[in-house]
Amino acid sequence: MSEILVVAELSEGGVRKATHSAIACARRINELSGGTFSILVLGGPGTKAAAAQLTGFGAARVLSCEDASLGNYLAERYAPVVASAAQGFQVVVGTASSYGKDLLPRVAARLDAAYAADCSDVVSKAGKLAYKRPMFAGNAYGFCTLDTPQQVVSVRQSEFDPAQPTSGQSPVSDVALTPPGAAAQRIEFVSLEQVKSERPELAEARVVVSGGRALKDQFFQVIEPLANSLGAAIGASRAACDAGYAPGDFQVGQTGKVVAPELYIAIGISGAIQHIAGMKSSKTIVAINKDAEAPIFQIADYGLVADLFQAVPELVSALEARKKK
Amino acid sequence: MKILVALKRVADPDNANKVRIGAGGQKIDTGNLEWKLNPFDEYALEAALRLTEDGKAPKQRLGEVVAVTLGPKEVETSLRSALATGADRAVRVEATDEQLDGRLVALALKKIVEEERPDVILMGKQAVDGDSNQVGQILAELLDYPMATFAATIEANAKGLRVSREVDGGVSVVQLALPALVTVDLRIVAPTSVYSAQTDRAFKYNDGVRFAPLPAIMAAKRKKLDTKTLAELVPNTQLTTHYVEFAPPPERRAGKKVASVAELVNKLANEAKVI
Repeated sequence: MSEILVVAELSEGGVRKATHSAIACARRINELSGGTFSILVLGGPGTKAAAAQLTGFGAARVLSCEDASLGNYLAERYAPVVASAAQGFQVVVGTASSYGKDLLPRVAARLDAAYAADCSDVVSKAGKLAYKRPMFAGNAYGFCTLDTPQQVVSVRQSEFDPAQPTSGQSPVSDVALTPPGAAAQRIEFVSLEQVKSERPELAEARVVVSGGRALKDQFFQVIEPLANSLGAAIGASRAACDAGYAPGDFQVGQTGKVVAPELYIAIGISGAIQHIAGMKSSKTIVAINKDAEAPIFQIADYGLVADLFQAVPELVSALEARKKK
Repeated sequence: MKILVALKRVADPDNANKVRIGAGGQKIDTGNLEWKLNPFDEYALEAALRLTEDGKAPKQRLGEVVAVTLGPKEVETSLRSALATGADRAVRVEATDEQLDGRLVALALKKIVEEERPDVILMGKQAVDGDSNQVGQILAELLDYPMATFAATIEANAKGLRVSREVDGGVSVVQLALPALVTVDLRIVAPTSVYSAQTDRAFKYNDGVRFAPLPAIMAAKRKKLDTKTLAELVPNTQLTTHYVEFAPPPERRAGKKVASVAELVNKLANEAKVI
């Protein structure tokens, strides 16, 4: 029997979609080894309202910890709350976003639990839960078992379809704030600057348009009209981010974001191993590149060998013309 | 300022597609790959060097950088290159990759931190072989230290370090009092990313990590390199993470080349049905 605690991720008072993938993973573990799951929602003002949004997913309980001191996320303040709430649970499951990746290993250390990062599936091997996770830039998957009384897992959003609501209503209860340790006294939150965008989030978008270094300082000039036309999120290769043509959080790849949209369009991206690791689960991949030998064509469903500065505007015109039909 | 930089050597990430799964799915075979320092750890070393110098020409050293790694004898090559680049001393903990998991590495590093008492611990945000992104956070919790993961900039000030972090959808800024732990992201080696308290804020570094000049490579051979055993540092060296099986990723076959934008639009609309 595995009693599971899902750590919800909030953003501006709402529940982030990645949380639903974590719930899906918890349900999968329950299918394999029985037990139930509960959800912990923690944060500043608005947390109770967010907890109310999670009562329809079949959780045994929804636990809510709302406190002004949790208003700005700091792992030093969150980890003690999660670790205390985790008492009595065997598995703590969270998101593999920048939030989960920051917080969950700290929680694991507090619980003296082993941690499996970026889990893409859970299976049973010799009676134990084995977490499947990508390694070596996605060039191998490892199945790991964790031999500690409690386990902590972060869940790769692109690999678990978001959990759908079920019938029934989970009871909500408040959990008390756990006073943080010495670390929290020595860190001060200064600011969080979030880029406001009308676009879908990179990890959640149905269509992603990504640009590479070949775009140079015309990155946005070329990519934006196409992304607008498709209602797409914008991504970038590491090389484009490194060179400063695109902001760092646009990076798709092993060390950036992992995406699996229905349509991924790679523009002027050669297809380095580390980029492919972040997008190869996309349903349909299109590559536009001048170099016919670029490795990206080896994984693209549709490849167009062309000068992107001509082909992309042409593609935008063709898409706009279709809309008018 | 005294900085401890944790380094890991990894199989060449630029050839990660040559990783093979051997022995009936029980082992990862990196035999045909070269060993390299984890790129993010190289960035951490560069950040450590920038934090312990004044940015003048010639630069004056203002602190101490100790490089530490866990690995077999061969990893001393990586430590010597860190010493040549500018680290002052090095420590190697004897262990093979098979004897380690993230928790044991953090426990061993904790002991070294207790011995060395650095002001700052720096390392890459993740090692690009296991891709777990966990040791820094676990170590910070074991030490009850404040931390900043995914650091894009670090500025030393009177209160400690001001760090900007790359997070989903934006940038988060925190102020850390020392001692503290920072894990670095790739932007940390940009020209204006790291400033020691003494470096003029108008100073710009060369983009990327520095390279060791030949005399430094010779001099590095005489720098101190201590070795320790894992058992000295961690009483219970039992692994708690076991990789029981490996599998290759699903193959993705190359599709077709299209001749024109018109053909591409047609295929996307009528064949893939995604627009």
